[in-house]
Amino acid sequence: MGFEKFLFYVFALITLWASGMVITRRNPVHSVLFLVLAFVTSAALWILLEAEFLGIVLVLVYVGAVMVLFLFVVMMLDIDLAALRAGFIRYLPLGAIVTLVMAIEIFLVVGSETFNLSAFPAPDAADSSLNNTRELGLLLYTVYLYPVEIAAVILLVAIVAAIRLTLRRRPENKYIDPARQVLVKKGIDRIRIVKMASEPFEKEDSA
Amino acid sequence: MIELWNALPLVLQILLKIAAIVLPLLGLVAYYTYAERKVIGYIQVRIGPNRVGWRGWLQPIADAVKLMMKEIIIPTKADKTLFLMAPVIALAPALAAWAVFPFDEELVLADINAGLLYILALTSLGVYGIIIAGWSSNSKYALLGAMRSAAQIVSYEIAMGFALVGVLVAAGSLNLGDIVNAQAGHVFTWYWLPLLPLFGVYLISGVAETNRAPFDVAEGESEIVAGFHVEYSGMTFAIFFLAEYANMILVSALTALLFAGGWLSPLPQTLVDGVFLLDDGFHWLLLKTFFFMFLFLWFRATFPRYRYDQIMRLGWKVFIPITIVWILIVALAVIYKLPPWWSA
Repeated sequence: MGFEKFLFYVFALITLWASGMVITRRNPVHSVLFLVLAFVTSAALWILLEAEFLGIVLVLVYVGAVMVLFLFVVMMLDIDLAALRAGFIRYLPLGAIVTLVMAIEIFLVVGSETFNLSAFPAPDAADSSLNNTRELGLLLYTVYLYPVEIAAVILLVAIVAAIRLTLRRRPENKYIDPARQVLVKKGIDRIRIVKMASEPFEKEDSA
Repeated sequence: MIELWNALPLVLQILLKIAAIVLPLLGLVAYYTYAERKVIGYIQVRIGPNRVGWRGWLQPIADAVKLMMKEIIIPTKADKTLFLMAPVIALAPALAAWAVFPFDEELVLADINAGLLYILALTSLGVYGIIIAGWSSNSKYALLGAMRSAAQIVSYEIAMGFALVGVLVAAGSLNLGDIVNAQAGHVFTWYWLPLLPLFGVYLISGVAETNRAPFDVAEGESEIVAGFHVEYSGMTFAIFFLAEYANMILVSALTALLFAGGWLSPLPQTLVDGVFLLDDGFHWLLLKTFFFMFLFLWFRATFPRYRYDQIMRLGWKVFIPITIVWILIVALAVIYKLPPWWSA
């Protein structure tokens, strides 16, 4: 148990440190990379809790896909450090109020009768042969089928909306459609090779 | 011998096992580069490297020595820490993914039951090395290469993930060893046949994921010099090279494991039981992996580079629909116990 606790503290400290760096780094690319570190160490914490499916999926979805797109956008920003620092004092009071409200909310939830730690006794450690993925899948697709389907539909609507926003006609854009390009046939659409009999060449008199 | 091994502390045992995987892998990478130059040479009616050692066999070692002696140049205004970290970030996932890879029935470092998911998660981290390299170089060609690579890898990861979903639906497990055992029988019970479209999608996505020709727009020598690693020299460049080849070997080995029966013999078990070299064993896995590794070289030597919009169309509009339809078909086949794959 001692080694596990040690690992927990190591990962927890790295997570806290990385999260702190996310909001204190001036360069947004560094912030994003620290956020990646925070995600990876929280995944490690979940694996320590024997929730290996959640841990791996956190890395796969958030680190492998979402953060890559984040980085993609942030990388293209023209980073003006002075402008980033300018608003600090102006936004400080607002930020402090938001932080305070959030802290109170967390306290209310964790400290309340229904949600505090003693209301949920820690479960016994499961057998290591227990297949996390199978258990989760069985629950999601039987007991929680409707919530899963509703979440999927909401995501689908979001995808459709996002794609619709980018679909606009731009006549000046010389867009080429690769789907039509690959359908081009050799004879009809491209070059037509015309067979032609050679014609006699009439030699002009050089003299 | 066994007592001595058991007497070692667990950490030391694991470290020794890691060394036993990584060192041969790095040797294989070195000779894969040699094989690449030779194979492409012969395909293009050239001889390839033939000066260092007998028929050029020492060429990879000469290359390694040369790269180690070279100066590492860091561009002005580059982000120095990230610039030096990027090659390591590219290499680490390519090596760490081997932790759950079963080489044989029992020969595996960590036999975890979400092995496939672990490999998928780790291979999706490799793109960070490329993006960070491109950004931290402070060079427009490098940044362009990183952009292309990020978009390409994220796109093909979806098709690749769906192809793997098909495999795990067919095998009913995420454990790589169980997936191989589910294919037991002979060459026609391996998953390449019932999952043929997914097999093709996985193989091509694998080429795209590793940024190899004909999908090597991230490097695209004729367009953006060398893409994301244009500013790298010496060992920093060599590590990117290592990561690319280690990833190619990983994709080939995974294809062998998931679609070609891994260490299983192509002949029925009743015929080859106990027969030397024909029975199931590590050598079959090695042989299959080498075949898929050869395909990578063959593709590079014979296909012209895809145009960028064609790559995106292939990934999103061709592969993803194919995989979704085939997952449905596989699911139905599993439910209705289609023989000979799911009859038991």
